[in-house]
Amino acid sequence: MVAVTESAPIATAARTRKPGSPLAGLSAYLQALPLFLVLGVFLLLPLILIAIVSFWDYDFAAMYPDFVTFNYTETLGSWVTWKTYLNTLKFAAIVWVITLFVGFWVAYFLAFHVRTASMQTVLFLICTVPFLTSNIIRMISWIPVLGRNGLVNSALVEAGLVSAPVEWLLYSDFAVVLAMVHLYTLFMVTPIFNTLMRIDRALVEAARDAGASSWQVLTNVILPLAKPGMAIGTIFVVTLVMADFSTVQVMSGGQSASVALMMKNQMSLLQYPAAAANAMVLLVLVLIMVAGILRIVDIRKEL
Amino acid sequence: MHREPRSREFYVLAIFFALFVVFLYGPLSAIVVLSFQGPSGGLTFPLNGVSLHWFANLLETQAVGDFGGSFRRSLALGLMVMVVTVLVSLLAGLAFRRKFLGATPLFYLAVASLVVPSIIVSLGIGVLFQQLGLQPAWYSSAFGAHLTWTLPFGVLIMFAVFNRFSPAYEEAARDLGASSWQTFRHVVLPMIAPSLIGVGLFGFSLSYDEFARTLMTSGTYNSLPLEIYAMTTNVTTPVLYALGTVTTLFSFLVIVATVGAIFFLNRRRTRA
Repeated sequence: MVAVTESAPIATAARTRKPGSPLAGLSAYLQALPLFLVLGVFLLLPLILIAIVSFWDYDFAAMYPDFVTFNYTETLGSWVTWKTYLNTLKFAAIVWVITLFVGFWVAYFLAFHVRTASMQTVLFLICTVPFLTSNIIRMISWIPVLGRNGLVNSALVEAGLVSAPVEWLLYSDFAVVLAMVHLYTLFMVTPIFNTLMRIDRALVEAARDAGASSWQVLTNVILPLAKPGMAIGTIFVVTLVMADFSTVQVMSGGQSASVALMMKNQMSLLQYPAAAANAMVLLVLVLIMVAGILRIVDIRKEL
Repeated sequence: MHREPRSREFYVLAIFFALFVVFLYGPLSAIVVLSFQGPSGGLTFPLNGVSLHWFANLLETQAVGDFGGSFRRSLALGLMVMVVTVLVSLLAGLAFRRKFLGATPLFYLAVASLVVPSIIVSLGIGVLFQQLGLQPAWYSSAFGAHLTWTLPFGVLIMFAVFNRFSPAYEEAARDLGASSWQTFRHVVLPMIAPSLIGVGLFGFSLSYDEFARTLMTSGTYNSLPLEIYAMTTNVTTPVLYALGTVTTLFSFLVIVATVGAIFFLNRRRTRA
């Protein structure tokens, strides 16, 4: 993806090997082999196959090995595709801004305002638990809240703020963004929290002693040092939103589109080569975005 | 210890954090409450009486499809993914402590596994099995698809663990005459055990809830998330919420048990 500097931890770890043992070098390969095999068979091979299949011909029944480019020209030549890509990028941008804002303040609160380590652990776990439960259930759970007769609408009507239930709360772009923020904010909180916890508290003290206000400490010391965490969180959130089809489908009630949803529809019509061409375009787009972010952060140093 | 008084910033952020927690848990609690809806109740408030009607409804197969079967499949798949994720991540973590040819490409392959859109992995494995003439099934193609999602998390966690792991302990063990297996078994393993349990929890939960990667790879029999996804479009009774409540409760139990195990191990270690 991008050029990376040799990571220091690996170099130090290398020294722990027993010198002169001929098996030591071999065992590293044996230990790495299972990971390579699994990712090779279930990631690399399928991606290569998608690249090949995207040039194949197909009809309603099967696909035929060939070298045609119309899967790409049809995809990229269609106004619908461009609109769908723009729509997906729009979701990614909005969700990114919101999750970055919410994620930073939540992480900042946990790292700098909660005083005991055990309280930090407990509060962090409270944030983490929903992430380990079903995404689909968490999506569905918005229906009784946002629906026409849902909690929010009942409350609004009851309070006399609106005369009729608000229709755009559910099955709209608003619902899609809200559900995505709900599902993905934690991917922002965790890396930022991790980075903030590693900031040397002496730096903050020093800034304070030098007369910085707490706002100046935040903007001049903490924010710049939090950038790597924000970058990693951004990778998570952006790639998850770019790949999303279920949230868009369920929460927009079929009224909005995303690239992955378009792919899914092509797949259900057995138009695999067309879906494969779409997959290649989406993959390249996502990898470019990730490579761009990786230029400002070395993941291995941040772990 | 001297404690300075809380600033106004603290209270503003504390309220923000509390709202965030309400945002996270609020909707979930709404469906938990609504799953106890009376037999004539609908998908929204108010409650028309309180009953266990919809939980009973879950157990009748014809009502909601094959809930029991898909739960058993997802459970078995989750356990398989958990075991393999822990083993493969641990081995890879050990490998990355040394320098070896291809370490950097392999690391970035793992990162790629994290960022490649799930549906593309799903499509690729589906087409791969089709071209090889193999029948996709939850224990083969879906199993592999899930591993591409859980392994990067496992590898990154092990990477972080070994980054902070001082080689001094192993050197001391070796100086005392321990073999490399003894060093691993009695020194390294007990120290990283809590992290391994954490990796296991990730592996199980991510697989148990995985949906996009299972879409094209599950074969004839649905996993639980696929079953629930199908229900969102054609079930219009609170039985959907009952299912949500049951599976969420199950996830909670798994998490609580795991966190409990980690605390127990940590405490035993600090005491020893």
